Amino acid sequence: MSIKEIQEEIIEEFAMFDDWMQKYDYLIELSKDIPLISEEYRLNQNLIKGCQSKVWLHSTAIDGKVIYTADSDAIITKGIAALLIRVLSEQKAKDILENEMYFIDAIGLKEHLSMTRSNGLVSMIKQMKFYALAFQAK
Amino acid sequence: MTDIVLNIRDQFPILHQKVHGHPLIYFDNAATSQKPLKVINAISEYYLQGNSNIHRGAHYLSNQATEKYEKSREAVRRLINAESTEEIILTKGTTESINLVASCLSQFLFQPGDEILISGLEHHANIVPWQIAVEQKGALIKVIPILDSGELDLVAFKNLLSPKTKLLALSHISNALGTINPVEEMIALAKEKGALVLIDGAQSAPHMLVDVQALDCDFFCFSAHKIYGPTGIGVLYGKKAQLEKMPPYQSGGEMIKEVTFKGTTFNDLPYKFEAGTPNIAGGIGLLAAIEFMEEVGIDHIARREAELLAYATKKLKELEGIQFVGEAKEKAAVISFLVDGIHPSDLGSVLDKLGIAVRTGHHCAQPIMDRFEIPGTVRASFAVYNTENEIDMFIEGIEKVKKMFG
Repeated sequence: MSIKEIQEEIIEEFAMFDDWMQKYDYLIELSKDIPLISEEYRLNQNLIKGCQSKVWLHSTAIDGKVIYTADSDAIITKGIAALLIRVLSEQKAKDILENEMYFIDAIGLKEHLSMTRSNGLVSMIKQMKFYALAFQAK
Repeated sequence: MTDIVLNIRDQFPILHQKVHGHPLIYFDNAATSQKPLKVINAISEYYLQGNSNIHRGAHYLSNQATEKYEKSREAVRRLINAESTEEIILTKGTTESINLVASCLSQFLFQPGDEILISGLEHHANIVPWQIAVEQKGALIKVIPILDSGELDLVAFKNLLSPKTKLLALSHISNALGTINPVEEMIALAKEKGALVLIDGAQSAPHMLVDVQALDCDFFCFSAHKIYGPTGIGVLYGKKAQLEKMPPYQSGGEMIKEVTFKGTTFNDLPYKFEAGTPNIAGGIGLLAAIEFMEEVGIDHIARREAELLAYATKKLKELEGIQFVGEAKEKAAVISFLVDGIHPSDLGSVLDKLGIAVRTGHHCAQPIMDRFEIPGTVRASFAVYNTENEIDMFIEGIEKVKKMFG
């Protein structure tokens, strides 16, 4: 599926929920299935520091596609990270760089992207795109 | 709710709204307090009817604005019992007040090898300005350690004091843990060694009577926005003798007496430290905020907050898996805690969806979090308008979160 198609699919899934608690319950579920970063990459250098929670991110490129793995010490953050990986992992670097992550706003998680003292998701998206850029340049 | 609580809540329109479909419960008062109508009206009336530049004299509006702005300075003097309004510098807030002192003192006070003593409980604003000040002068920073209770280690403090100690910079109350430091005793000990003392009163001015003459500190700082006033204005109290020794901080209008291209003479206190057109609306809002506190009664505020703290502490203790961070005997209405197995940011995110505003994270006091080896805490901080009923809802919220993440 394309990045756009996956985003649409996520928006559709979230449309089923009536309230916040259901959305958060779903994020908690998603957090359990995150493509987990392997222990050897769970290093400070792979840490994306936000004010509130830690996010570790790793990437490799296989057959021209970028594969991401991650983890977080906060569960909601981890759930959102799992969504980002679902959208961007196994895509071509070029597509990762060209697509906007509009689903976050559409499913009502924009506040988790707030630029100031939030949980590092802005930095996480930036870092994912940065890795894609690095692979593209190779 | 008692009549007095209802009356006070009526003065805060912001409290009567729903957030994410729930009545707002505002427990982030240590970050900033809400503003009563008296303050909001004073600011809007100033812009509607009274706006003019001050200390320029020549016309009616300017005279009116000047009078009000200076009345604010007098209200601050009264609030903290300073000897004279010459000792009251109006700044942008606590952070600027500390920066002003650090910057001015570093120009003449600190020599290589001198020591500045701060505590492990400090907000970043009472750490970083001193780091910059000593870096320029080859002086050193020494840190008073924290005990497991969240109180300062006074034995270590006494051992750290020496004739090399030029300054003690200490918070009156810790913003992250709520610990009330025994500042009177500590100031006296520092003075014995000839050190100057700066007290960061950002968290004490809103909650207790402060008497700078009784404390005998050289500097005392606080922000209007934590005492029910507007953002962007705060206070630096300094003993006149110290302020007179200090060079100006910034330069421009207001702070000068006479300017020629050959040189400039500086204005008298307090204007020497107030360059440029000040935050006039802020000053007028600060005046209204102090009047509000006086009308409600600072003793009433302190008593009410102590009740809320005791009630919330008791209720939290009834829950399983709560880890209190900081359990000092003397504590302001701040509770910093963790729930076993739940990240503070997860707890904060869900509480937010229930309309409950708390602060999560390191509270701009990272060294404290390192000391307790935790990523951060959830902090609930109360003000005079909060209620026991709100605390009950907060406890219900935590129970809900525990179920979700359990």
